[in-house]
Amino acid sequence: MMANEGSDTKTPATKRIDEPTGTEFVGHEWDGIEELDTPMPRWWLWTFYLTIIWSIAYVVLYPAWPLVEKGTEGVLGWTSRGQLAEEMSLADQARASVRERLSRTPIERIPEDADLLQKAVAGGAAAFKVNCVQCHGSGAAGSQTLGYPNLNDDDWLWGGDINAIEYTLVHGIRQQGHDETRFSAMPAYEGVFDDTQIDAVVDHVLSLSGKAQPNAAGADIYDVNCASCHAPDGTGDRSVGAPNLADAIWLYGETPAQVRRQILQPRMGMMPKWEGRLDPVTIKMLAAYVHSLGGGEDFVEVTAEGEDPPAVEVDEQS
Amino acid sequence: MNNPRGQPEDWSAFTKAKTTRADPLYESAKTVHNKRIDGPFRRFKWLVMLVTLGIYYGTPWIRWDRGEYAPDQAVLIDLANRRFYMFNIEIWPHEFYFVAGLLIMAGIGLFLVTSAVGRAWCGYACPQTVWTDLFQHVDRFVDGDRNARVRMEAAPWTFGKLSRRIFKYMIYLVIGFWTGGAWIMYFADAPTLTVDFWTGQAAMAAYITVAILTLTTVVLGGFMREQVCIYMCPWPRIQTAMMDEKSLLVTYKDWRGEPRGSVKKAQKSPDEFGDCIDCMQCVQVCPTGIDIREGPQIGCITCALCIDACDKVMADIGRPRGLIDYATLEDCEAEAAGQPARPAWKALMRPRTFAYTLIWGAIGLGLLFALGARSHADISVAADRNPPFMLMSDGSVRNSYTIKLRNMESQPRQMEVTLNGLSGGRMWTETISSDEAAPSQIFDVPADQTLSTRVYVMAPADTMAQDFMLELTTLDEQRETDSSATKFAAPGDK
Repeated sequence: MMANEGSDTKTPATKRIDEPTGTEFVGHEWDGIEELDTPMPRWWLWTFYLTIIWSIAYVVLYPAWPLVEKGTEGVLGWTSRGQLAEEMSLADQARASVRERLSRTPIERIPEDADLLQKAVAGGAAAFKVNCVQCHGSGAAGSQTLGYPNLNDDDWLWGGDINAIEYTLVHGIRQQGHDETRFSAMPAYEGVFDDTQIDAVVDHVLSLSGKAQPNAAGADIYDVNCASCHAPDGTGDRSVGAPNLADAIWLYGETPAQVRRQILQPRMGMMPKWEGRLDPVTIKMLAAYVHSLGGGEDFVEVTAEGEDPPAVEVDEQS
Repeated sequence: MNNPRGQPEDWSAFTKAKTTRADPLYESAKTVHNKRIDGPFRRFKWLVMLVTLGIYYGTPWIRWDRGEYAPDQAVLIDLANRRFYMFNIEIWPHEFYFVAGLLIMAGIGLFLVTSAVGRAWCGYACPQTVWTDLFQHVDRFVDGDRNARVRMEAAPWTFGKLSRRIFKYMIYLVIGFWTGGAWIMYFADAPTLTVDFWTGQAAMAAYITVAILTLTTVVLGGFMREQVCIYMCPWPRIQTAMMDEKSLLVTYKDWRGEPRGSVKKAQKSPDEFGDCIDCMQCVQVCPTGIDIREGPQIGCITCALCIDACDKVMADIGRPRGLIDYATLEDCEAEAAGQPARPAWKALMRPRTFAYTLIWGAIGLGLLFALGARSHADISVAADRNPPFMLMSDGSVRNSYTIKLRNMESQPRQMEVTLNGLSGGRMWTETISSDEAAPSQIFDVPADQTLSTRVYVMAPADTMAQDFMLELTTLDEQRETDSSATKFAAPGDK
């Protein structure tokens, strides 16, 4: 660049030419550095026109201009919602074969197929996030304050093998008007015993897990009133959903006050029946997921004495 | 200030024309019809072209045996499996710093080359230069040398011209297609991909990539050519900032050449004229269409073809070679002042060049060291946060973790993971049942893969929250080890 101080290049009359290149100066100057009016390359102009043509094609083909009610739609009819629906249906198609396999595999046979189990657990985890976390929490840890059971531990009110979990999911717990629902009731002992008797029973219950000294009076009351469901040793009865009182897990709390309250004004949890709300395959996946959380028990076929367990039929038709 | 664009041969006429008409806003590029030349630099350029194109087209076909669990292609960028293979080096995504290191080395390498020999990259090895050179040879092959091509461009569109042009553009397309076709071979097994490509079995991405690269090759190498270097490429601008009076560049020694005069004139009055006879050979052979006699300029890629051309002319008329030559501006001044010419290689001996070499070498050695010292087995642990711990019915406490065992060898390995620092701790997994819970477990990690598994760790009742380690040992002769610290959460705090 050439320095040219004090020159006035604003009027055409004083236009100057850069000698070596023969190009006019634009007239801008920064500390003696001047700008030449070098023409742009022609292909650059074409590129610019191309971008304009591109934008016109884009506006015609795709949604572009926002108008008062809605935008222009474009002749291709593309929408982001439509694309999402298409992708979702593709994903559904991709899952179809897994769902089909799940639907004809009996629930207790799923753990035998590692690949199917992994897919069932993954699907169950997704369904759990939508349908179950509201009560059981996103980590399936439940809530002692609210009385929602923890699904990660090895303590099960109604059974922890994969079939029992599926049954609970299908029929729910304490669902009014549903014959097959899991049902039981803890009687309210408010007004039945006096304070000393209650304290004795609380002491005895806590002593079952070593949290209090044994109490003979409490043991007597327990044997008469409680042992029929909770078992003489306090280990509970899963067939009626009676909790194990001799372990370390307390659904409604382990302090004497909390135990006392549960005897006088028992709380009893409810769980929706998912049959009819979720399809059977999703329920199977949920059962597999809950079973996989770490406390799942092995399914044992209940058979008549001396008989071999019947082979589980895999229905290839459905 | 020098105009970087191609100039007509009659410079003064151009200048006059420009001063008498209004400047256009846009100017169409003038096609460069460079003349054939032979000489040491041209031969060197041929060699570089042969080597670089050979590397580009040939590399994907080199086989390299890695055993049954890894591909046998020597150089393979396996995007689907996120692996980069280069002979006996295999790079995983977490080792991308090797690629970053190589890119930094490439950058500093360019600085080093620029510091030592100026724009040698531009002149010889840049793909734009190599492919432009290739396309210019195609022009020469189809239409003849410079004069024939100039005539052809000005000729009316007869059948002959049309058929020649179609023939030429067909060759362009074939070169472009080959360029794109070779590119995709780096991303999949080359022989398989070739068969798949021609039988319509290859991925759509392969066809699209080939189509795009065919287009860009033909457009950039066949038509844009020197316009890319002058208008589009940032590197000449960066180099301009890196050059100084000690940088080696192709220089016209004006003190020796000026004033120009024909051989006849110089014979009449020997003292009046310099060595330049204004034969325009240097301009005619230039692949970017510049006149080197205007001094250093952005359009000069220092390919040195003008040196070949000028040396030939000087030999013909019996004057010493080197009127146009590799020299630094500093040397030119010294030479102009009458000092003897310094050999060009001495221009390499300067602190800046050594500094770049040192940095470049240090990074290279660092990378090599990191490559040699890297472990091929690795464990990482993430503790489940929700819930942080689980109280079991017998009062014991269970935590769960997601562990990742990385096997970077191309053969399956057994790895033993052991709990360290958690007394009474036992672990099991989703596949190892809780009946087999133990303080250590053995995992079969597939070849060249990361095994991700959920691990349950159980500690007896009344265990406090604490830190512990998960330690990995490979059960093979290497016995590589790694460990990862994590936390055991429990209701009781420390």
